[in-house]
Order: sequence, then C-alpha cells, then structure tokens
Amino acid sequence: MLKDAKIENFDDLKIIIDKHRETPGCLMQIMQEAQQKYGSLPIEVQDMIANELNMPLTEIYGVATFYSLFTLEPKGEYNIGVCLGTACYVKGAQAIIDKISDKLGIKVGETTEDGKFTLEATRCVGACGLAPVMMINDDVYGRLQPKEIVEIIEKY
Amino acid sequence: MSFIRSQILVCAGTGCNSSGSATLIKDLDKELKKHSLSKEVEVIRTGCFGLCELGPVVIVYPEGTFYSRVTSEDIAELVEEHLVKGRVLTRLVYHETIGDNKTISINDIGFFKSQERIALKNCGIIDPENIDEYLAYDGYKALQKVLLEMEPQEVIDTIKGAGLRGRGGAGFPTGMKWQFTKNAQGDSKYVACNADEGDPGAFMDRSVLEGDPHALIEAMTIAGYAIGANEGYVYVRAEYPIAVKRLAIAINQARDYGLLGDNILDSGFNFTLDIRLGSGAFVCGEETALLNSIEGKRGEPRPRPPFPANKGLFGKPTVLNNVETFANIPSIIRNGSDWYSNIGTEKSKGTKVFALGGKINNTGLLEIPMGTTLREIVYEIGGGIPNGKAFKAAQTGGPSGGCIPSEHLDTPIDYDSLIQIGSMMGSGGLIVMDEDNCMVDIARFFLDFTCDESCGKCPPCRIGTKRMLEILEDICAGKGKKGDIERLESLAIGIKSSSLCGLGQTAPNPVLSTIRYFRDEYEAHINEKRCPSGVCTELLSFVVVEEACKACGICKKKCPVDAITGEKKVIHNIDQQKCIKCGACIEACPFDAIVKK
Repeated sequence: MLKDAKIENFDDLKIIIDKHRETPGCLMQIMQEAQQKYGSLPIEVQDMIANELNMPLTEIYGVATFYSLFTLEPKGEYNIGVCLGTACYVKGAQAIIDKISDKLGIKVGETTEDGKFTLEATRCVGACGLAPVMMINDDVYGRLQPKEIVEIIEKY
Repeated sequence: MSFIRSQILVCAGTGCNSSGSATLIKDLDKELKKHSLSKEVEVIRTGCFGLCELGPVVIVYPEGTFYSRVTSEDIAELVEEHLVKGRVLTRLVYHETIGDNKTISINDIGFFKSQERIALKNCGIIDPENIDEYLAYDGYKALQKVLLEMEPQEVIDTIKGAGLRGRGGAGFPTGMKWQFTKNAQGDSKYVACNADEGDPGAFMDRSVLEGDPHALIEAMTIAGYAIGANEGYVYVRAEYPIAVKRLAIAINQARDYGLLGDNILDSGFNFTLDIRLGSGAFVCGEETALLNSIEGKRGEPRPRPPFPANKGLFGKPTVLNNVETFANIPSIIRNGSDWYSNIGTEKSKGTKVFALGGKINNTGLLEIPMGTTLREIVYEIGGGIPNGKAFKAAQTGGPSGGCIPSEHLDTPIDYDSLIQIGSMMGSGGLIVMDEDNCMVDIARFFLDFTCDESCGKCPPCRIGTKRMLEILEDICAGKGKKGDIERLESLAIGIKSSSLCGLGQTAPNPVLSTIRYFRDEYEAHINEKRCPSGVCTELLSFVVVEEACKACGICKKKCPVDAITGEKKVIHNIDQQKCIKCGACIEACPFDAIVKK
C-alpha cells in the first residue's frame, strides 16, 4: 500500500479515469478504483479527478466523505473489522471490540502509531452463522471469544 | 466418456467460505487425485445451503449424506472411508440426520421439512459459476416463454395475478410497479436491482447472488421486456466480494450464450446488464438514494413524487426491485400466477426468505410460505434457543423493524400482521434474543446504527435520531430521568411523520416496539437504576460469590485499579467505589467466582 500517492503514480490514475470517462455516472467507479490503487483518496487524487472530469472538487470531496468505504487517510497494514451486525452484537461483539481496543491501545476508527493495525466496527458482513465475527484483512475469524483475541492479534 | 459415480457438493457461500470451505475444496481435489478418483468423483462448489451454523457443509451424492463442520484434517478420512470404502463417516454426519440405525434424508429434518423453496430453489444445488447447470434446472425457460410467446402486458398481468409483493421491506405490489413504469413516457427506461442489502443480520440477497446469479439475470431481462427497457443495473454492496464476482461471471456467460445483449433468442429484444458497487452507505438501500448512487452522486434520497417509475435513473422511468423479488419471477412465469398465489396468505402471497440468527440453534437461511408462525420458525426450523435459555424476543425488519415478544409467537407472519404487532417484514433478518439480552440496549444499538447512517439531508432524521440516541445512552448509563420514555415516544412520532425517506420514517420503530412490549425494562433502568438482563455495564456491580471464592489472589493481581482486597485464605472483596467494571477479574477467575449483578 502506498502512503505517498502524489509523486509518481498519476499516470495510473489517468488510465483509470480514461477507462470510465464515457460511462454515465462514472465518478464512484473511478474513486473506487483509485482507492484500490492508492489505499486512500488524498486531496491530490481528488483534485486530479475533479480536473479531469471537469467537476468541482467539492463534489468529489462530498462523495468521498459520504460513503464509509472511502477514506482520505491511509489505513494500517492490517485492517481489523469487527462485525457489529445485530447477530454479532447480541452474541457479544462489543466485548470483542473492547478487548482489541485494550490490547492495541486504539479506539474504533484509529490506527496504531506504527501503522500496523486499524480497528473498525463494520456493518454486517453476513456471516451471521459464525457470530461474533471479525476480519483481519481477508482472514475471517468466527465464533470468537474475548480470551482468544490476544493470541490472534499476535499472529500478525 | 468419463463416468461420474459420485458428486461432492461443498458450500461456498460466504458463511461456509469464512469457515474455510475454499481450503476444503483444494484438499478434496488433492486427496481425490491421490486415490486416482478425480475422474469418477466430482467436486462441485455450490451456493449457500442454508444451515450456516454447521459450516463448512459437505454433501455427498448420490447418497445425500450430509456432513457438517468439516475441517481440512477430516478430508483424508472422509475420502478414504466414504469414497474409497463406501462407508459413511458417521462422526461427521449432522446428528439430526441420524435416526435409529439409518440416516434420514436431509429434506426430512426439522430445518428443511417445513420449508418451501422458490427464491432459493437452486441455492446449494447448482454450481453458480456454471450456466449449464442453471439451464439444466429449467434456467432461462421463463425468458424464452416471455420473449417468444408473451406480450409485455401479459407478463405484467401474470406478475399482478401472482400477487407478488416487494421483498425489500415495504411490500409494494411488484406487478403494479412494473405497470406504472410501462405506462410512463420516456425515450429510454431502466431496470435496476437493489442488492445493497444493508440490514444487519440479513443475507438472503447475497445468498441468491452467490448461489443462483442467473436467476437474477433472467428475471431482470424479463422485467426489461415487460416495461420496455434495454438496460439494467445491479447495485451491489462492495462488502459482498464473492457475490460480485459470481454475478460478473454469470453476466459474461449469459452474454456468451446470447441470453444478454442484442436480439436475445432471435426475438429482436436487446438487453444489457451492468454492475455498480456501493461504497458502504446504508441509506442507499432506499430506492431514490440508490439511484443517485448509481449516478455517481452522494446517496441522498430524493423527494417523492416523482416516483422512480416516472422519473428514476438519469431522470428516466425505472423499475427497481430487490434481489429476492426478482428471484421469484422466473418460477412465477414458468408455473403461472395461480400456482404462486395459492401459496401464502390472503394478502401476502408466496414465500419469504428469512436469515435466522442470534440466540438460536440453527442459524442460517430458510424460505417458508407466508403465514408460517414465528413459533414454527424458532422452535421447529430453528431448533430452539441454545443452553436452555428462555426466548425473549425476535427482531424482524432490522433497524426499521421491531421486537416481537413471546406472546405473539403464534402470529402467522405476513406483511400486514407484522405491522400490526409493531414490527415489519423488512428484508427478512430475524434475530432471536434470549433472557440475557437487554431490550433497552438493543433499542440503543439500532438507534446508534440509524443515527450513524442517517444521510443528514433532512433535519427530523439527522437531529431527531441523535436526540433519541442520547436519551437511550443516558438510560443505559444509569442517568435516565423520569419522563424519558414519554420524550422518546414524542420524538419518535415526530420523526416518523416528518422524515423524507424510509430510513427516518422507520428509524424509531425499534424504540417504540421495545417500549410497547418491554416497558418494565425501561422503567427498571430509569427508576431503579437496574438492568434486569445484566447487560448495561454502568448499572452492574461486580461481586465475589463467597461460596465459590478460593481466595487465590489471581483476580487481585489482574485488577488494574486495585479495587480487590483479600489475602491468601481470606475471601476476596471488590470495592465498588474503585471498580471500573472492566471485567478483567471475571475473565481471570478460574473458579467463576465473580459475577455481574
């Protein structure tokens, strides 16, 4: 994941924009792919999208801040998402979050100082049969108990 | 020609995938190769089978043996026993399918017996990434019938006659929606599918996309023909990567087979389908917000009227239905409207898929005729509440719905009966709660959700939900005041009647329904500063059970604020003034001698 997107990678962004330019309502697709490329949507990236599509920057920023999956700041190397869907919640997901918070010293939405972990409370991931569930990047951990947390995090 | 003597179906839905089914498939392939069985035994990855609780699920045909919670370590033994020696590996067979000395067919066990599968017809049965399997199960026959034998108006009349109502929550008659869009004036029209399944605890749309994506493609093409649209969009949550991938594969296959694109089946009808990804905004499940999002804008709802049927996507007439609604269409066309309208209740026809979760033995996905009672769902299909706990409530309709208490367990479930008892169908999440769940805390949980997801466009929802949340937080924290219940009720009525879209109009429902049925819990929190279910931490105290305490000192060492006193052989005590209720002592105590009260 690149933390400093502004320097050399504008060419890739141009390619992404050109690919979708003619599609009606292409803005979100461009932003989704740009974020995949750069890990976040820093202001330089938004600025370039605005210029290329001839749209006001405020509109790009408005979309970027409206949707929870867009992020302006780079996230940690490992993103810990604890599902806070109803099924997970009634089965004790809050205790899982508290435990992780405690272990890493960060609150929900924060990243550890070394940039290794970001903790997020996510919307229902739909694995309700395994509740409570957390994901660390693409690895899914289900039927969790607070006492398992430390061991899992230490694997990373 | 090779002869396949056995097929192994492995569920590759998100639930089972999360419990490791992808690795299982690799291990199975490896093991089969080792025994040189690759040519005679076929491994098929299917969509969700429904019983997510037992995942990963593996079914071996022709016997239909149902293995549950299979792990990689089991694979070698499973292949050796079942496929080489032909003996059922009893220790992995789902216990409910074992009767007296013989295995019972999976269709006869409690979970499946009362189900009737229409929308989920092919889920868990076919390989969703292979169009030929869909075709073999009557796939695209309905499209063929529509394009070659029916006029658009006949299609709409069939859907109207079937009595199908929208499965996304509001229950609007689908045929009428199609009729309005057909009648609307416009040089181009659109078909859109709402696959932005955001209700926490609901995952039926995802399972259809993952397990039977061609059914959606077929249905949307039929809708296009009926209303006169040549373009369609499926708006899917980005949080559903497997669903997106399988849908994309299915669209490509359909295009290659001439079932999408120009001149479909030589009928002269053209239809294309595109996928648009959401980016994590619950409000985009609201139809006008969703259309804005497809257009690349902030997903804020638009005032209605004009309704999407007249002015929808890019300002053109648009039909918008959710995945489950579409999934019913091919079966209705093939079997006729009478067949469908014979299922269900007077005003709610057909079946409904529910995602059963929470404190229930069989979590998973089930499809039942409308009119089935909650009791049947919870106790027969769901297998009851685990650990001998008592049923307290079932939550339906997600953040828009309400909690149904035990006195209404025998209500036949349909759109209208649920509204009468203060909840709603919603998209079909059904979360069971037991005596350990605090209903005030659940109301707070949902308000926290809607408050966070409110788009901010209209003040009643933006500000009103925040005020309600603050009151609920106070109540849970032991700062509840006399009159809070009435304040909540009055805010709720205001928000419901003046919000712009469905999100705000229904956001107070979880609070209203819990006040209606569990007022005593609110009162206990407010008046006695007590949480009867032992959930709201601020209202609890941690105490040592003297009879169980062995005076070992472990908890004393763990306590971060030195709130625990006691020596070796002296029963320990927790100083309530110092205690910060972190729970470290409960976790540390090897004798379970500390409890929350």
